[in-house]
Amino acid sequence: MIQVQGLRKSFGRQPVLQGVNLDVATGEVMIVIGRSGGGKSVLLKHLLGLLRPDAGAVLVDGTDITKLRGAALEAVRRRYGVVFQGGALFDSMSVFDNVAFPLREKTTLGAGDIAQRVEEKLAQVGLVDMGHKNPAEISGGMRKRVAIARALVTEPEIVFFDEPTTGLDPILVNTIHRLIQDLHRKFRFTAVMVSHEIPEIFEIADRVAMLHEGAIIETGDARSIQNSANPIVQQFIHGAVEGANHAA
Amino acid sequence: MTDGSASPETWPRPARWVEALGRVTLYLVESLGRFGGFLGETVALVFIPPLKLSRLAGRVYFIGFKSLTIVILTGAFTGMALGLQVFLTLQRVGSEAFVGPAVGIALVRELGPVLTAVFVTGLAGSALTAELGIMRITEQIDALMVMALNPMRYLVVPAILAGIISFPLLTAIFDVTGIYGGYLVAVILLGLSPGTYFGQMHAFADMTDVMVGFWKSLCFGALVPWVCTYKGFHCGHGAEGVSRATTEAVVLSCVLILVFNYFLGTVLP
Repeated sequence: MIQVQGLRKSFGRQPVLQGVNLDVATGEVMIVIGRSGGGKSVLLKHLLGLLRPDAGAVLVDGTDITKLRGAALEAVRRRYGVVFQGGALFDSMSVFDNVAFPLREKTTLGAGDIAQRVEEKLAQVGLVDMGHKNPAEISGGMRKRVAIARALVTEPEIVFFDEPTTGLDPILVNTIHRLIQDLHRKFRFTAVMVSHEIPEIFEIADRVAMLHEGAIIETGDARSIQNSANPIVQQFIHGAVEGANHAA
Repeated sequence: MTDGSASPETWPRPARWVEALGRVTLYLVESLGRFGGFLGETVALVFIPPLKLSRLAGRVYFIGFKSLTIVILTGAFTGMALGLQVFLTLQRVGSEAFVGPAVGIALVRELGPVLTAVFVTGLAGSALTAELGIMRITEQIDALMVMALNPMRYLVVPAILAGIISFPLLTAIFDVTGIYGGYLVAVILLGLSPGTYFGQMHAFADMTDVMVGFWKSLCFGALVPWVCTYKGFHCGHGAEGVSRATTEAVVLSCVLILVFNYFLGTVLP
């Protein structure tokens, strides 16, 4: 279980997170929505231990990771898989080597076993026979799928997705969402996803949390968010220009 | 009296100057601390296994082998220019026999280590900064961290060790090609006897001179990758951040090479 308690973070004099509270249950798909520049990625970086908060805590199964460093933090991160917004594939390596990299570095598996698992993961994300390609030679959608394969190849307990469908066409958005849904059903990992793909995310989310002006203003299942009485939530999910939340 | 809770913009001008000075001082101290801490962590990781030998070999190829052509080329022309000017100068006082030792000592003690380090900074150091900077802005360094892998071990330690291995070897190659460049001009083109060129060099230059050049190149071999990887690792946002980091890395490396060259020259025999 992940618990975010009173998380605060400012960059210089600019407050970004102003007391975020959020609980993510084991095995659920939690999707954090909110306007661009609203602090969703900053929140995710705190969950990953890449940023340290000014105040507050991030508890992963009761351990506050904001207090951890070095080997202790690495031990928590061994349970993680992360799909970055741009994929963050290593451009000096082939698709195969990108997916194999965490296995080579973090496990004692032999070359044959690694090759088998990599091919299996690439097949699960629909990229058979693409292993020899360089990340620069494949499309944006394929890069996202390689990133998903790399994140899942170590069979992590918790997977974080940072806007995994940004910049993709609607068909690819649905393809990636369906892929995440299928993989979640199969592997039952806890998923935390940052996204603003409305309404597509309602199909895959167990719960949705709305981050607005540095705080979670509403949490609930897809239906309760869609029927929320909060005008800011309504304006966001309907993409209305006029409303409680003024367009930037 | 200044209200402590008021924003600095509302303070009287002298108080704002003091605040700005304090802010700059704190920034400098913090940057120096980060810079030193970066090297400290790298040194510690050298002695904590595992050492990534395949990455080290890749970096030796990148910094050392790929710089070979430019080092040979610049070494030869530096030696030729030096041979020509020293010959013409010493000819005025009838001492052209000392061209060999003058070229040899100047190259081995000063020009070899300094120019090699400057050229390798421009060639490999800038590329190192740009590569790490792009890895930073495309979240590849974050990806390593969340895979529970230490990016310093993968990206910085091999680069600094490769610099320590490559710089002395490249400097030796620069020195040798430079000496033969001087030979080409002084002996082949200007008619100095080959025996005089090498004989006088042998008489006046000794192992102490070679060791001064070696220690300098070893020092620059750690310094240049340290500066370049640090700047890449801590680059700003976007293409502008990478570009600024690369410029700063090259400028800072070159300035530090010259500063350290002077101080090492005063300390070493």
